[in-house]
Amino acid sequence: MSKLISGAEIVFKALEDQKVEYIFGYPGGAVLPIYDELKNHKSIKHILARHEQGAGHAAEGYARSSGKPGVLLVTSGPGATNAVTALTDAYMDSVPLVCISGQVPTHLIGTDAFQECDTTGITRPCTKHNWLVKDVNDLSRVLHLAFEVATTGRPGPVLVDIPKDIQFKKGKYKFIKNSLKKKINGKATHKLSNIELDKFIELIKKSTKPIFYTGGGVINSGPDASKYLRELVSLTGFPITSTLQGLGAYPGDDPQFLGMLGMHGTFEANNAMHDCDLMINIGARFDDRITGKVDEFSPKSKKIHVDIDPSSIGKNIKVDLAVVSDVSELLKSLIKRFKEKNKNFLNSNKQKTSKWWEQIDKWREKKSLNFINSNKIIKPQHAVQRLYELTKDQDTFITTEVGQHQMWAAQHYKFNKPNRWMTSGGLGTMGYGLPAAIGVQIANPGKLVVDIAGEASVLMTMQEMSTAVQYRLPIKIFILNNEYMGMVRQWQELLHEKNYSESYTAALPDFVKLAESYGCVGIRAKTPDELDEKIKEMIDVQKPVIFDCVVDKSENCFPMIPSGKPHNQMLLGPEEDEEISDEGKILV
Amino acid sequence: MPKSKSAYSVPGKIGKTERHIIVVWVDNEAGVLARIAGLFSGRGYNIESLAVAEVDKKKHISRITIVTEGTPQVIEQINLQLKKLVPVHKVADFKRGEKDILFRELALFKMLANSKKQEKIKKLCKKFNPVVLDKTKKSFVIQVTALRAEIDKLALDLKRFGLISTSRTGSVAMTKGAKIFN
Repeated sequence: MSKLISGAEIVFKALEDQKVEYIFGYPGGAVLPIYDELKNHKSIKHILARHEQGAGHAAEGYARSSGKPGVLLVTSGPGATNAVTALTDAYMDSVPLVCISGQVPTHLIGTDAFQECDTTGITRPCTKHNWLVKDVNDLSRVLHLAFEVATTGRPGPVLVDIPKDIQFKKGKYKFIKNSLKKKINGKATHKLSNIELDKFIELIKKSTKPIFYTGGGVINSGPDASKYLRELVSLTGFPITSTLQGLGAYPGDDPQFLGMLGMHGTFEANNAMHDCDLMINIGARFDDRITGKVDEFSPKSKKIHVDIDPSSIGKNIKVDLAVVSDVSELLKSLIKRFKEKNKNFLNSNKQKTSKWWEQIDKWREKKSLNFINSNKIIKPQHAVQRLYELTKDQDTFITTEVGQHQMWAAQHYKFNKPNRWMTSGGLGTMGYGLPAAIGVQIANPGKLVVDIAGEASVLMTMQEMSTAVQYRLPIKIFILNNEYMGMVRQWQELLHEKNYSESYTAALPDFVKLAESYGCVGIRAKTPDELDEKIKEMIDVQKPVIFDCVVDKSENCFPMIPSGKPHNQMLLGPEEDEEISDEGKILV
Repeated sequence: MPKSKSAYSVPGKIGKTERHIIVVWVDNEAGVLARIAGLFSGRGYNIESLAVAEVDKKKHISRITIVTEGTPQVIEQINLQLKKLVPVHKVADFKRGEKDILFRELALFKMLANSKKQEKIKKLCKKFNPVVLDKTKKSFVIQVTALRAEIDKLALDLKRFGLISTSRTGSVAMTKGAKIFN
């Protein structure tokens, strides 16, 4: 007989058994018994955010950069609703989060009690699963199951809602290993057959215009997946492109890497996707930012899709070979099988793909990421390039907010390792980067963590600077300040006759003074001449920094695929602008 | 250059839709129906009818039968998305008109009708296992079991016999023969 302990203690026992070191949260009435218990569990440190959304994104940043699940603790009602954005963000980008929320006592549920909301109802569509625990003896089983659901198959957020009376009640604690693996993602544990692998290899061997298209699944599969990916790419000699979320799985400065693809991807990556005869999708999901017009997406290619989530396959694009598998497992077996049967493939196949590489080099000559630099005013692309040059020699972690700066960061910052790039891709959450940087810094003490930000985005969660200062997290907030919601402004310029409706922020704060008021360091760079020196200053400061980089207000993000268009019809720069039809406008 | 410069792609061609009956075995726990229904509404799938009841008292398994319509791609997505839900044990998918599947729906009709009319009504319902559940001088409640389309037609025919209320269960399905779905 195990002894009876309170629900609150059960929560911590479960967290301890799950080897949780950090929880991100914010206290409140319905979760106080759990907070009361915190002092008795020294191995678990609580990071007090300034808003539950901030706590959620911090937990995401922690998870993405460490490969461990992020844990979030919030109170009922507004605590839970504030966490919804972060949960949805994690759901879209497959980030494992376990959110524990307080709830009003069981007997008050349904009475519109103070700070009551239907938390499980609200979070049902933005979690992999959620639970309302009404019996304290269910609590340990549910908590361990929650961790399992969050971290297996395609990772994602889960929520456990615990009424206050259950937190007080005494019950039994048991560490129950759940084994729901098979059920959680359909065929997730399905074993790869040699027939499947041989089909895969056959397609590789037949192809004359191949391309690897890899995504966040490679990162989520763990560091081994990136290692195997590099091996397979060098074994085949094929070109590779990556989605926004996949950056870092393959070295960004490698000659076989064509850069990011998609709406703001490179000319060579998108054209290669369009013209290829074999597309090998590993851990990406044919997102609409990637495919553009589905009917005209890579019309002549055979497509292989490797994904751990069976519902990702065939959702947007029909494929010729579907492989439901963990990326790492698949690549490991594929490489083994491939090597056995095809000695010296790289050299013997060179001839076959040489024309394809010639074509790719022609596309590369367009230098689609080029921009017209200036010596008077800082161009945002230039700022990212300088930041890259000055930080590439150390192990740097980059987070971003959402908008133009995010795309420039993705285009111009070259990642060489997985888990170094944290950005909100699926949901596109402005305000993600600053709190995410906090989580990244917690998981990676002593490492350089930079949030490449826009001034509009960062103001959405600016309050978290206070968290960074409290825990002495020397995160660097590198703001490309153009005083506009840049991506909104860009679309308005291109689509809405330059009617910049509400996209200019008047009365912005003085970011240097703002930094000082938070007790961190403010730095401002206004001209290209002083940029390098100021960036170095930022890196050297052992405190949180807000860096106000004053950039060109009217710069647009190119290249871009105007939506509704196939990959081979990109806009490379402003000179290609044309009148936009009314039909086009309604689609934004 | 192209006309559209939108941030979203234009809709492609929509394929032909099919009607499917999807059977889902789930843990009978709080919120499970909301999870299933929410999946359909959230992803823009269509529910024509939905029937649910616990079929295994010991294991608390409920069987949900959903009639839906969609392109083959959408139907495949419905199946795969359902299978991902934690309380879902298995999912069976039947196309309307498949030979070795039985479909049935139960309906109750209430009519204002005198005994003369009542006889006519019984005749009309003859093929559909009619059971008279309640009878007064002025009114009449009859139960039928039939296919959805047959009940649709019957309800239409009964209009002129003073049909004042209709209650239907939605389709349920089962395979023919000794086989069960695993």
